[in-house]
Amino acid sequence: MNERMGHQSIRFGEPVYIRSGASVAGKKEGEGPLGPCFDEIEKDPLAGEKTWEQAESALQHRAALRALDKAGIKNTDLRMIFAGDLLAQCTASAYNLAQLDVPVYGLFGACSTMGEALSLASMAVAGDFAEYAMALTSSHFASAEKEFRFPLAYGNQRPLSATWTVTGSGACVLSKVKSRAAVTGVTTGKIVDFGLKDSMNMGACMAPAACDTICTNLQDFGRQPEEYDRIITGDLGSVGQQILFDLLEKQGYDIKRQHLDCGMLIFDDAVQDTHAGGSGCGCSAVVFASYILPRIISGEWKRILFVPTGALMSKVSFAEGQTVPGIAQAVVVEHMEEKD
Amino acid sequence: MENQKNEQTAKEYEKYVKKVTPTHSLPVNMARAFLVGGLICVLGQYILNTAQAMGADKEEAGCWCSLILIFLSVLFTGLNIYPKLAKFGGAGTLVPITGFANSVAAPAIEYQKEGQVFGIGSKIFTIAGPVILYGVVSSWVLGLIYYVMQMWR
Amino acid sequence: MDYINAFWVGGLICALVQILLDRTKLMPGRIMVLLVCTGAVLSAFRIYDPFAEYAGAGATVPLIGFGHLLYQGVNDAVAECGVLGLFMGGLKASATGISAALIFGYLASLVFKPKMKE
Repeated sequence: MNERMGHQSIRFGEPVYIRSGASVAGKKEGEGPLGPCFDEIEKDPLAGEKTWEQAESALQHRAALRALDKAGIKNTDLRMIFAGDLLAQCTASAYNLAQLDVPVYGLFGACSTMGEALSLASMAVAGDFAEYAMALTSSHFASAEKEFRFPLAYGNQRPLSATWTVTGSGACVLSKVKSRAAVTGVTTGKIVDFGLKDSMNMGACMAPAACDTICTNLQDFGRQPEEYDRIITGDLGSVGQQILFDLLEKQGYDIKRQHLDCGMLIFDDAVQDTHAGGSGCGCSAVVFASYILPRIISGEWKRILFVPTGALMSKVSFAEGQTVPGIAQAVVVEHMEEKD
Repeated sequence: MENQKNEQTAKEYEKYVKKVTPTHSLPVNMARAFLVGGLICVLGQYILNTAQAMGADKEEAGCWCSLILIFLSVLFTGLNIYPKLAKFGGAGTLVPITGFANSVAAPAIEYQKEGQVFGIGSKIFTIAGPVILYGVVSSWVLGLIYYVMQMWR
Repeated sequence: MDYINAFWVGGLICALVQILLDRTKLMPGRIMVLLVCTGAVLSAFRIYDPFAEYAGAGATVPLIGFGHLLYQGVNDAVAECGVLGLFMGGLKASATGISAALIFGYLASLVFKPKMKE
């Protein structure tokens, strides 16, 4: 029996298995600490296409095909895809999915989208609405920079709190067909706004949301942080991590020992000059598929909490002086012993 | 009441965030800006002097100076060197006329995919537009004051 | 001597603007606008000329020089042809800079492709 926990969480009656995870990353990501983990590294920033936006679609397309291939299924076996990206109106997903010929729900949760996609795909499978569902997100440094910040050739200095949008795409296929890793519960995040307006310090804008979702998850499931081998946030970066620790401490939780951040894992700031870390929908997606999932499958980690975080602003809201609200979606992922 | 409380917590949070967020060392950045900006000005002085030595009057020399600096800046922008220079020099590359040229060339190059008119044509003014607009308007206002004062005399 | 003056005055203006960049949330575009308006004001108060006399390119190369050109153009045109001058002088005096940036910028868009940051 699926069970509602507290006000915001769900525990699945049967585990929703992660049949496969695939990642395609860009050149800079490939040169980072996780380089050897990616399924594919695309050295050409245009990925053989004409524009940055098309390149992002192409990366997403390859990640989706690879995930299908690894799961041993065809696109027609998928009942639905939950997909999203950073571009306006989710066009990177739209142009990719137009070629895939699969029913689609387009999502926007900024950089938290992979958490949102995994949650909804898990619910669809747990509710028996889909035999196979896919969670898929992408981001591209150049398309994001062009849309949200400056043209690439424009000269500017990035503050130390700034993050570097990850070029890449990650995909996961979920199903009731058994595997070594499964989603066992989700906590839906609330939008949390502490009134910050600095879009160059996204970590600080999102940390309160991450704190809120993590606390809620722990309370709803009646767990202590120690019951998770790792609590992995999306792209808080080094600044956001510090803030998250401080905020959680106020709530009486200490997660310093088990906390990781996808944005901090994917780049090495000392060598790659990325400042606070990686960001973007692609960031948590590629790190999940390439680094986190294999560790759960191997049993190195028995249970983790995956908490992608997003900053919900737009160019217009920024120009109009609005705050930057944050959101975080939590997914509980567990190692599964094969019994048969 | 609720709003006031929210505003206060927002301010407190902002203060706290400011405290934990690392920033570039200001003296180091200022030194770099000083060096890079100073050198660009020296290059400008060299062009001024050379033009004048070749027989240009002061005004013409100024025009040659802008022209050549802008050309170099646009070239370096296209070759992807200017952003690297800017990363090091900060305001040293923003303040000189070369920074203005960079802000014109960068969107022109980036938005070529969106077409001649609404891509390059309108985006070329993203940053240059406001500079020209407020430059023209402010000098017009000041000129108007000058004009009115002259009438009084 | 003129090289040294250009270096330290131009450098100092940049260093001061760096404070604005690092310590305020002012975006680069706003700072450029600020510089141009400052130049026009300095020029209108007759402070700019003696300053430029001393600093040479250290005063004309930074964007405040652009503001000065605009105002000086308006000022001269008003002296010459009255009220119409208010609308003629500014752009005329700054024509080289604006045209050069637009023309070279446009040519660059034909020659160069967008490149990825490293």
